Amino acid sequence: MEHITDKFNVEALVYKYRYPLGAGFLLLLLALPYLGLSQYVMRIIIMIGIYTMLALGLNILTGYTGLVSLGHSGFFAIGAYVTAILMLKLQFNFITSVLAAILITGICGFLLGLPTLRLTGTYLSIVTLGFAEIVKMIIMNWEPVTNGTLGLRNIPRPTFLGFSLTLANNGMYYLMLLLLLIITAFCITIQKSKLGRALHAIKENELAASMMGIYTARYKILAFILSAVITGLAGGYYATLVSYIDHNSFTFDVSVLILSIVILGGMGTIRGMYFGAVILIVFPEIARPLMEWRFVVYGLVLIFMMRFRPQGILGWRSALPFQIPAEKEAGQKRSGKHGISRG
Amino acid sequence: MAFLEVKNISIQFGGLTAVGGLDFKVEEGQVVSIIGPNGAGKTTIFNILTGIYQPQEGEIYFQGERIDGIAPQKIVMAGIARTFQNIRLFPDMRVIENVLVGTHIQTKYKLLDGFLRTRRFRKEESEKIQFAVKLLKEVGLSGRINDYADNLPYGEQRKLEIARAIATGAKLLLLDEPAAGMNPKESEELRQFILQLKKQGYTILLIEHDMNVVMNLSDYIYVVDYGKKIAEGLPQEIQGNKQVAAAYLGESEVEL
Repeated sequence: MEHITDKFNVEALVYKYRYPLGAGFLLLLLALPYLGLSQYVMRIIIMIGIYTMLALGLNILTGYTGLVSLGHSGFFAIGAYVTAILMLKLQFNFITSVLAAILITGICGFLLGLPTLRLTGTYLSIVTLGFAEIVKMIIMNWEPVTNGTLGLRNIPRPTFLGFSLTLANNGMYYLMLLLLLIITAFCITIQKSKLGRALHAIKENELAASMMGIYTARYKILAFILSAVITGLAGGYYATLVSYIDHNSFTFDVSVLILSIVILGGMGTIRGMYFGAVILIVFPEIARPLMEWRFVVYGLVLIFMMRFRPQGILGWRSALPFQIPAEKEAGQKRSGKHGISRG
Repeated sequence: MAFLEVKNISIQFGGLTAVGGLDFKVEEGQVVSIIGPNGAGKTTIFNILTGIYQPQEGEIYFQGERIDGIAPQKIVMAGIARTFQNIRLFPDMRVIENVLVGTHIQTKYKLLDGFLRTRRFRKEESEKIQFAVKLLKEVGLSGRINDYADNLPYGEQRKLEIARAIATGAKLLLLDEPAAGMNPKESEELRQFILQLKKQGYTILLIEHDMNVVMNLSDYIYVVDYGKKIAEGLPQEIQGNKQVAAAYLGESEVEL
């Protein structure tokens, strides 16, 4: 019982100071490149950013809607390849290429979402697993377009107004930050709107959800599309970051890593995606002295997690009171902010 | 035409006739009960009414519109909502969030409104939350708004399920054994609660085994057994009906 109150206090404290804390955190992220960190560390931080995006994407599907996908490396690959091919072969700029990548991953998300009308649970996971393998096979064999197993090299960096973003000038870092902020804002919006509630209701009890007038099939497909789009966006960014991609960049391990982040961090939460990505990306780096043993440790950590904290490290139920807006909104712009009841 | 009119519906599963040629009517503002022994097909009737099953024969009219064969979601939009025999709340959501899910079809804004935080989004979201708070106060759950649904005691879970059904904007509530598992005090509370709903103008179709609730609440009763109607009438008529007693207790082999 005491433990719960402790947690409540920490949560309440964080909530009370959420604006200064958020601003401080953002400032830290913005100032990070000027703290004298090595390129190696910056690169790891960028990888954390990418995997946070990927986890936020999968979270929409697995965390909110309860559909477990083992095929997100497929969407990641499609996003990366579409961006790379458009930039390399058609000399499109980064933004256009990424928008095209988003569109195509969205369509693929829709198509992969269709079987969800009939499949749930493990069967659905197997279909998604198959999807990722098909994508990989296409990449390996469609040589005129994807250059087969040789992969695509010299993918150009994004340029804005003649200014090329690189690792050295920290442009890539800030681009990652921008994308991450947009995706996070998008996820918060979903969570706090009727869409998020509908997805959560489907996860909790699909029959009851449809008895509330929710078109469960449509919403599940929508979850697939949104999840795919975010993953595709991360893929497009990844392609320009590493400037070389081949089929080995998008293996089953990638799908598992994304899913591990979602589960370890805490399904359905946004804070958990950040936390999980930090842990699972940093751990293999700091555990290098363990050599191959680090994967054993990694596996053990996941097993213990599933046994002792299946809801994820940061996956607690909020003990804060639900925010009820003040009685009279009356269309005044500021009343929404000030009307929030603080517990 | 009656508020809800069910004409000659039948459904078979394999060779088993779950509901066979059933007719019944519900008038607006009434509490009508369907009773019958276990396995009589009562819940199947609810599943047909809410579009989970399609009847193989027959027609269903709600407020003069034919509703058989349309999607469950459309039936909810037409104004019929239900509760479940085995409670189906959204356990990992708060009480108020459960009710907010109920307002889903009443909430019209689009995802883009949410992303841009338009006035429409804020206004509608605030209205719905206000509505949910008010509704929960009315059903006596105002102290439970922040609790998670699976932390509620049984009786309150039942109430929440009914509140969630009301939140859809339904005019006809189908309650599937709301008093199941309740002690006499709780079931008496429930009876008062349903009576209050009736006074507010809701029409209620009730499946129930608790005869205290059924006999003191119903304006009209239908008795089904093996998917067929075996009796109908006012509560006092049903109480004296030999066929009904036989269906519940078995027929006496010796004439008394």
